[in-house]
Order: sequence, then C-alpha cells, then structure tokens
Amino acid sequence: MLVAGVDVGSTQTKAVVMDDEPKVIGRSLTDTGARLDEAAQTAFELSLEDAGVSEADVTAVIGTGYGRFRVEFGDTQVTEISCHARGAVYLFPHTRSVLDIGGQDTKAIRVGEVGQVLDFCMNDKCSAGTGRFLGAASQALEIPLGELGPLALTAVDPVTMTTTCTVFAESEILGWLALGRKTEDVLKGVHMAIASRSLSLLRRVGMEPEITFTGGVARNVAMVSLMEELTGSVINFSEESHFCGAIGASLYALDRALVGAAADAEGGMTP
Amino acid sequence: MTEADASTRTAASGDRAAAPHAELIGATRSESHRLIESWWQELTESEQSGRPVANVFVMGSLAEILRSFDIPMSFPEITGLQTAVRGRSMEYLLAAEDYGYSPDICGYVKVDVGLHLTGREHPNGRLPEPALAIAANTCTTYIKWAEIWERMYGCPVFVLDLPGWRGSGSGPGAEDETFRNDVRYVEGQLRELIALCEELTGKPFDVDRLREVMGEVNLLAGLYRDVIAENKHHPAPFNAMLDGINYMGIANAYRGHPEGSRFMRVALAELRERVRLGMGAIPEEKFRLLGVGPACYAQFRRFLELFAEWGGVFVHSEYMGYAGGGIDEGIEYDLDRPVESLAEQILLTSVRRMSGGIFFSQEWQAEVVREWDIDGICFHGVKSCRTVSTGQPDVREWQMRNHDTPGLFIQSDLVDGRLWSEAQIKNRIDAFFEALASRKAALRR
Repeated sequence: MLVAGVDVGSTQTKAVVMDDEPKVIGRSLTDTGARLDEAAQTAFELSLEDAGVSEADVTAVIGTGYGRFRVEFGDTQVTEISCHARGAVYLFPHTRSVLDIGGQDTKAIRVGEVGQVLDFCMNDKCSAGTGRFLGAASQALEIPLGELGPLALTAVDPVTMTTTCTVFAESEILGWLALGRKTEDVLKGVHMAIASRSLSLLRRVGMEPEITFTGGVARNVAMVSLMEELTGSVINFSEESHFCGAIGASLYALDRALVGAAADAEGGMTP
Repeated sequence: MTEADASTRTAASGDRAAAPHAELIGATRSESHRLIESWWQELTESEQSGRPVANVFVMGSLAEILRSFDIPMSFPEITGLQTAVRGRSMEYLLAAEDYGYSPDICGYVKVDVGLHLTGREHPNGRLPEPALAIAANTCTTYIKWAEIWERMYGCPVFVLDLPGWRGSGSGPGAEDETFRNDVRYVEGQLRELIALCEELTGKPFDVDRLREVMGEVNLLAGLYRDVIAENKHHPAPFNAMLDGINYMGIANAYRGHPEGSRFMRVALAELRERVRLGMGAIPEEKFRLLGVGPACYAQFRRFLELFAEWGGVFVHSEYMGYAGGGIDEGIEYDLDRPVESLAEQILLTSVRRMSGGIFFSQEWQAEVVREWDIDGICFHGVKSCRTVSTGQPDVREWQMRNHDTPGLFIQSDLVDGRLWSEAQIKNRIDAFFEALASRKAALRR
C-alpha cells in the first residue's frame, strides 16, 4: 500500500510517497510560486516519478502547509504543525521538541511519544525570525542562500542585529557593511537574531530533549550550530528535515488508508 | 467529573418530552435588538432635545448615580464594537489616522474619534455630544480618551481614582483599616460626582431614587450570574463570544433600569428551555472553550466560524466579566447605606477585581475550566490594547504547566480588520483543534 503527503509551503512545496512499512520511497521539492494547485500537482507527480510508481498506486493523499486546501487531489488536510510533529518523531523517535523554521513562520512544538502535539507556539504574524529573514540577508549581501550558513560560521566578531523585522533587516545589514563590518560578522548577527527568537519560542512550549530541527532552515549549518549552543542540547536534523511536513502528512495518509475515514476524527484532521 | 457536572450533563434529558415553548426560542435576540434600538433612540433624541448625555466606559460606568439623575449613557466601547460588527469601523479608523492618531493606539479610541470627526453619524443613529465624561483608572486609556472629548466639546471629565488592590481579600463590610480608608476615599469622590450631576441637570440628589436603581442592579447582577451558569450544561445553550455580547450590551446600557433585569429574565427563560430541549449553541458541540480577550469584531462571523466548524463553542468568556460591568458574580448592594455600599461593592470589589483580574486571572480561569467542564482556552490578544492582552502568553503557559489545560494564542484586533490575518489565524486554530481531538481520542482509549 502506498500513500502520499504534499506540503504546500509559502516558499517551497514538498511531496513524499511512502509505503506501509512505513518508508519514504519517493520525494520531490519545487518552488510554490503563485499557483498553489499547480505546485501541489507538480510536486506530487515528481514524487511519484521519483518512487517509480503511478497515481493509481496511491491509496490516500493528505495535504498540509498554508496551501493545504489547494491540494485538490488530496483526501483531506492536516495542519503542518501536526504534520511536523508526527514527521519529526518518525525521523527521530525520541523527539520531544520540534523547531520548524519555514519560509514565513517559525514553530516550536512539544510532542508526545507517538508524535501527538502537546503544545505549540508560533512567531507573530510578521516574518520576523523566519526563513524569509535569511532570504532578505541573502538578497542584501548578494550571497546564495545555501552559502549563508557556512560563511556565518567563519565569523569572529559578530554584530548585534537590533531588528528581526524582515523589511528593516536589509537596511540594517547595509548599515553594518557601511560601517566596515565584515560580511561574515554581519551574517552571524542575522543568524543569532533568528536563533534567539527561536529559543524563546522553544522555552514557551517547555522545551525538552531531544530537539529536532525541521523545515528548510534546518539545512543551514550555522543555525543548527547556534541552536545547539543556545539550547545546550544536540539538535537532530537530517537530509529529510526539509520534507518533515510532507512525511507527517503521509503518515496521516497511512492512518487513513489503514483505518479509513474514521482515523480523521481520532487523529483530529480538519473537519 | 463532579456531581454538579454530572447533573448538568443529564438535566436536559428528564423532561424533554414536555411540549416545547416555541415562543421562548429566539426571544432573547429579538429583545436585545429592540432594547439596543431603543437605547440608540434615546441617545439620538437626547441630542435633539439638548438633554445632557454622559460618555462612560464599561469598567466603572457609575451608571447607578447617572441613572438616579436620569442622565442617558453613551458607551463608546459598545458603539465602537457596533461599527465593526456592521463592517463600518475602517472608515472611522482612517478618519482618526488621517487626523494624526497613530495606528498603534486603541482601535476603540480611534473609531470613536473618527465618529466625532465625521459628524457623529453612526450606523445605528446619531451619537450625541457628551455633556459629561466619566473615566475610572481601571484603564489608563480611558482617562486620555475622556480628555479628547473634553478638548472637543469642553465637557467636564470626572476621573474616578480607585486605589490599587491593597486590601487583597477584603470585601464589602470588611473592617480592616486600609479597606475602610479606601471606601471613604471613593465615597468622597462619588459625592463629588453627585454634586456635579446636580449642577448639570439642575435636579437635587434623590437618595431613594438611587436605592431604587441600585435595587435594580442587584436584580440584574443575580440574573446575569445565573445566565452565565446555564452554560455549565452540555451542550452549552449559548455562545459566550456571540450571545454573550448581547447579554453584556444590555447589562451595561440598561444597568439599573427595570428593562435590564426584565431582559435577563427573558434570556434565562430561553436558556432553560434550550437546556430542557437539549439545544446547543451550535449544531454539534465537540469542544468546550473559555475565551480570554474579546473577539475580533471586524471579522466577527468568521472568527466564530473558525471555531464552530470544529464543533468548538465558547461556554464562558472572561470578557463577560470585566466588560459586562463586573456583575458576573452577582452584587448585593446594601440599600440602607447606598453611597457607601456603592463605593464598597462595585468600586472596591467588582471594578477593582476587573482590572486586577485582567492581570491575575489564572486562578479564576482554572476554576471556570473545572466548573464549566472546559477542554481548552483561547487567548485572543488585541494588537491595539495591551491592557487586556498583556500577560496572555504567560497565563497560557501557566494553565498548561499547572493544570494541563491546552491553550491557543492568536492575535488580531477588536475593530481593525487590517490586523486580521486569516491564513495565520486559521492555521493556529486548526492545529489547536487537531491537538484537542487527538488528546480526547487518547483519553477515550
């Protein structure tokens, strides 16, 4: 039996195909863009292709992320908060706290043994302290996103960013550069600002080890390093961290495929 | 589950077979519409006839004294809320901002200022010019707000200075010296207001009329407390964030008026009939919630839908307490010593409990969670009002850690639709209910 999860995020759309072991057998990543339904369809098709299966082989599909209601071929929807919790425990079974930093929001989630959400907390509605903040830094410094983390790790004398407002960040970055500060020191300051806000969210939900880092920003080595420093704990992350929401969604899809629609009520899926 | 809980769960089943009293269902809403219309009519006619009107606030309105002088009361928090529910608040907010008011300050203030700047034409009628403004220090914004009317119209501002909660635990009749000093201090201020009202209306103070009004408040408060208690039943017969607004509106506008207690009797009769018939506030009650903070009136229908579509009903709200005028636990004025009793009861206990309650509400909330059999608490932070929003995330955490009560924290505004962000709010609400559902499922197992 095969199932799928499609996570339509604000920046990128992720899809995962899973068997009933449960094991991920196909995955895909695509930019979301303006057409959420098309992004969902494309990601789903690419994940099927990656798994070497066809749509007819898939018994159930769950949509998640901000664009979850545009996964029109899906059976139902579950929020990415529940999906990241479930996915994190799948990837790292001893996870008790999840930090998910995505394109437009940051979530701290305290989870139970089977990946159920015990409590969660998110950034305010603005994008302060999210992946979008790193995007602004990437643009201001003309450095590709993937190179930000490694460069920040070389900083010797990091600056203190006084704002985490994504709109004002660009002018503050330029201000530091105008004062002659090194690019890596400015970048480290940017990372520290995000890490500090993330720590505050984790504390709000009653952070407990193990902590698993999910979402696109989990690929940033400087963020992982800073979070380990601030929490005093080893931070779990993997190549699959970016797909965590889609993995969680596919686990909910597996429940649905095995138990039927009754699983929706038990699992608390969107009515 | 307590014995009382068990009885509220089963109360409806016993006599459901009796013939329903169809005339009771819906009577509260139509009475509420009639009374609010009548209140507006009085305000508008006062403007035309030159009868002095007082602008007052829900926390510390001093309705007892004003009504004893027959002075109509305009509540800018209620009139502001009404503009938002009717989809008109934005035009007033923008008028105030164009004039120079910051986007950061209280939305209610800006709607009211906008109304006054644009000719006082409200969707429900015409707001009168205030002849008097009363502001208690329960909210510091109240005082600055009243000063705006003072500058606009030259009306006197009566600031009621309530001492801080020094005699914590003191109540009416308490003998400790601090409390008695506070009572004397507040009673002195009430006598100043009485003199001001005599001057404003040209009428002498009539203590028997004050007794009559305070007797009405005693009745109203007891009935209001009973109305709130009806929601201990399963399913809850009313939604505290929807129907509760009607109850609060009447409790404020008709405080001390026989129509106020008459309305609460109508509400109580309807609620009891709904309980008897097993009629809940929403078609299928799955989750019982406590609301902390007001709703977003600029998106009122949507705000409630986001909860109702999950089977979530607000069975109680903190707002029904402090914004209902502090009568939610009942009041028993001593009519033999009315002015002193007014100082003791409403000012030094109820009103002070209201302002103190906003910041130290966790124990009250925990009790309500137990008594009303609540599954989770929704904290709605108001972006433009720190008074009611400060500390909410901390209280949410406290409830979770000390009582394992799940809490949701969302933010928008009372009247400013620009601060409503549906995707983010819906996401948080959906996730909260997903967690509540899996928690309930785990408890069943």
